[in-house]
Amino acid sequence: MSDSSAPMTHGVNIDALKSKQSNTVTDVTETALTVKDLKLFYSEKQALNGINMTIPKKRVTAFIGPSGCGKSTLLRCFNRMNDLVDDVRIEGQILLHDQDIYHRDVDIAALRRQVGMVFQKPNPFPKSIYENVAYGLRLMGVKDRRTLDEIVENSLRGAALWDEVKDRLHDSAFGLSGGQQQRLVIARAIAIEPEVLLLDEPASALDPISTLKIEELIYELKSKFTIVIVTHNMQQAARVSDYTAFMYMGDLVELSDTDTLFTNPKQKQTEDYITGRYG
Amino acid sequence: MRIWIKSGSPWVWLTAASVSISIIMVVGLLMLIAARGLGHFWPADVHNFEYRESDGQTIKIAGEIRDSERVATQQIIDSGVKLDSTEQWTTRYLIKTGNRELYGIDFRSLLDPLISQRSQDTEVMVLERREWGNFYGILKQIKVDGKIIAEGNDSWDALQMQITSSSDVYSTIHDIEQGEIGSINYTLERLRLKQRSLELRGEDSPEALGKIEEERQSLQSEYKLFQKELKTHYTELNRASLVAETIEGKTVEIAISKVVLAYRPNGMTIFDKIGFYIHKLWEFVSDEPREANTEGGIFPAIFGTVMMVIIMAILVTPFGVIAAIYLREYAKQGPVIRMIRIAVNNLAGVPSIVYGVFGLGFFVYFLGGNIDQLFFPEALPAPTFGTPGLMWASITLALLTVPVVIVSTEEGLSRIPKSIREGSLALGATKAETLWRTIIPMTSPAIMTGLILAVARAAGEVAPLMLVGVVKLAPTLPLDDDFPYLHLDRKFMHLGFHIYDVGFQSPNVEAARPLVYATALLLVLIIIALNLTAIAIRNRLREKYKSLEH
Repeated sequence: MSDSSAPMTHGVNIDALKSKQSNTVTDVTETALTVKDLKLFYSEKQALNGINMTIPKKRVTAFIGPSGCGKSTLLRCFNRMNDLVDDVRIEGQILLHDQDIYHRDVDIAALRRQVGMVFQKPNPFPKSIYENVAYGLRLMGVKDRRTLDEIVENSLRGAALWDEVKDRLHDSAFGLSGGQQQRLVIARAIAIEPEVLLLDEPASALDPISTLKIEELIYELKSKFTIVIVTHNMQQAARVSDYTAFMYMGDLVELSDTDTLFTNPKQKQTEDYITGRYG
Repeated sequence: MRIWIKSGSPWVWLTAASVSISIIMVVGLLMLIAARGLGHFWPADVHNFEYRESDGQTIKIAGEIRDSERVATQQIIDSGVKLDSTEQWTTRYLIKTGNRELYGIDFRSLLDPLISQRSQDTEVMVLERREWGNFYGILKQIKVDGKIIAEGNDSWDALQMQITSSSDVYSTIHDIEQGEIGSINYTLERLRLKQRSLELRGEDSPEALGKIEEERQSLQSEYKLFQKELKTHYTELNRASLVAETIEGKTVEIAISKVVLAYRPNGMTIFDKIGFYIHKLWEFVSDEPREANTEGGIFPAIFGTVMMVIIMAILVTPFGVIAAIYLREYAKQGPVIRMIRIAVNNLAGVPSIVYGVFGLGFFVYFLGGNIDQLFFPEALPAPTFGTPGLMWASITLALLTVPVVIVSTEEGLSRIPKSIREGSLALGATKAETLWRTIIPMTSPAIMTGLILAVARAAGEVAPLMLVGVVKLAPTLPLDDDFPYLHLDRKFMHLGFHIYDVGFQSPNVEAARPLVYATALLLVLIIIALNLTAIAIRNRLREKYKSLEH
């Protein structure tokens, strides 16, 4: 799909907003998401202790940190996936185009169309490969066969899967290997042209070759999408990301460009973690 | 010994034994009802007996041996029968003698020691009649209009020809009466109701009434034509008769129109008998019952059972699925929902007769009565829906089986992996869209499982149906070619109730007993067929929506 269809968020024209945006935080690029004093509680337990950060546009930002540090929780705040959890309470703001996504009037479905997500385990639907990719489009009411065909093909090409599946588009998605399934899920996510793509440990359930393919894909995709990736694997973060955030016990300890964070961390905790002293 | 117990093999033996016992019991049950029921249709040989009665006289008896049992001799002597026997046990036969109009009963018990002679006569003929049960005797003559047209050896072929032609005429008459005249009566009744409703609404203008009267006149003249046609058929039917002699030498004249089938079992070859058997079996499943349900077929009962189960399934599935979706997907899980869930589970354990009473009180009298007041005032005081009928029976059974569907749908919903829901939501689907497009299709195998259990329970249920719509004999099927084709207000027949009725309410219990087994077998077969269909559908769905292997 082309950029001609102006994406609308709860009635606001995004392109109009884009032009007004100022380069606030990061050096060269625009900001995609701004997190302001975000606190999250699972019933009484606090999981995020006031996070402040910006996610730069059309760059890859990686979240690293030990298990339970809150990196997945933070990621799931960006498309309000945490709303599905009972007894969750969120304070603070996340701004997408200067609009708080936690505002009462926000259409969650529209938000999730702008902020797509890929999960740890491949989760294709029990449908054909074609229908998996077309799922989001059909939800948006696209019915025209030719448009669907075109977008499905482009999305599968975008996810570097087209050549492998073009002859069996109407076979079940379960016939694919784990790595292919994960790329199918990415194709499904990019078919509806989100602005931000959230990847929650996308390669952790895959073999090394599939992992490599996913990493190459991430590199390709950042020209079109803002990507936020959670990973356990520090080498992976170093390979794929432009910026890296280190989180620990619900706090954002350090966020800077990847090279700096890995070679010259400012915080002692970060240094301890990346040199493998704990984690 | 301790080592043997610790090894676990006693546990294996115990579990294997309990499975074997279950299988043996189920197979044994099926074989028992199959053997008892299916034997009924075999053309048994007719024996001639000479029998010494207790007053010393010797009589001749002809009939089929239906049953034999061993009775303690002392018990027979105690009951006042003079018997010189040193044996401890005496065999007693149950003989079907037929000829009910002559003997009053069609079964006799004979004691083996008192039978002085047994023989078989190939000439003995069995007549299946439309009334008075079977006739056993020897054919003598065929008469048409009082004149003898065949005698002796020729008469058998003449009899078969006469029966064929009279059966044709009989079925023509039946078609006219049930089809055309039934249709006219139905339309006349609708016209009467139309007129009455016009009167009730005060719209009975002379033109409208005149139109109705005109239609009625045309129907009446049509009716008269059919009446005339029927009359000619009836006179044709009553022309021929046969003369036969019973074993005691009594001569009887029987109208051929009363005869369904004539055969001479003693002269039949094995292939004749197999052919005859298949014919009888087909008649059993495809014909209407005769003689207070003790003869003929049970087609209306099969039809009614299947019809009711299908309507029940159509009602119960959406209702149960929607309830389960609310409980599992939308309601906030807490003590209230837990209570509701427990209540639903307990509902499945309420005795079915309680549902019957509820159905009669609430659906039939309250709902049905109000529907009649609102929509069918022209028929009052005769009830339309305010009386037991197919719809109320289906709804009552739907209520009875809805917990099963709710429980299994909920199980199915809870088995859908969270990742699938999240995947759909992350693509911008709302909860409802996720449910419709992904979750419900994936739950469909579980829904089918619930439906299978519901069908199995509903098809075998009798007690509540007796209150809300099943009758011993329904004059018409609930589905026919009169508008609106499906008559939900009609009463219907049901195999389960048929078993009860034939077995325990029949005037002729001995004659009906094999039919009880045959009907029971058929009921089991129908439930198996319905279940297999549902299982096949479920397996296809399962294949289609099989979830990810985690």
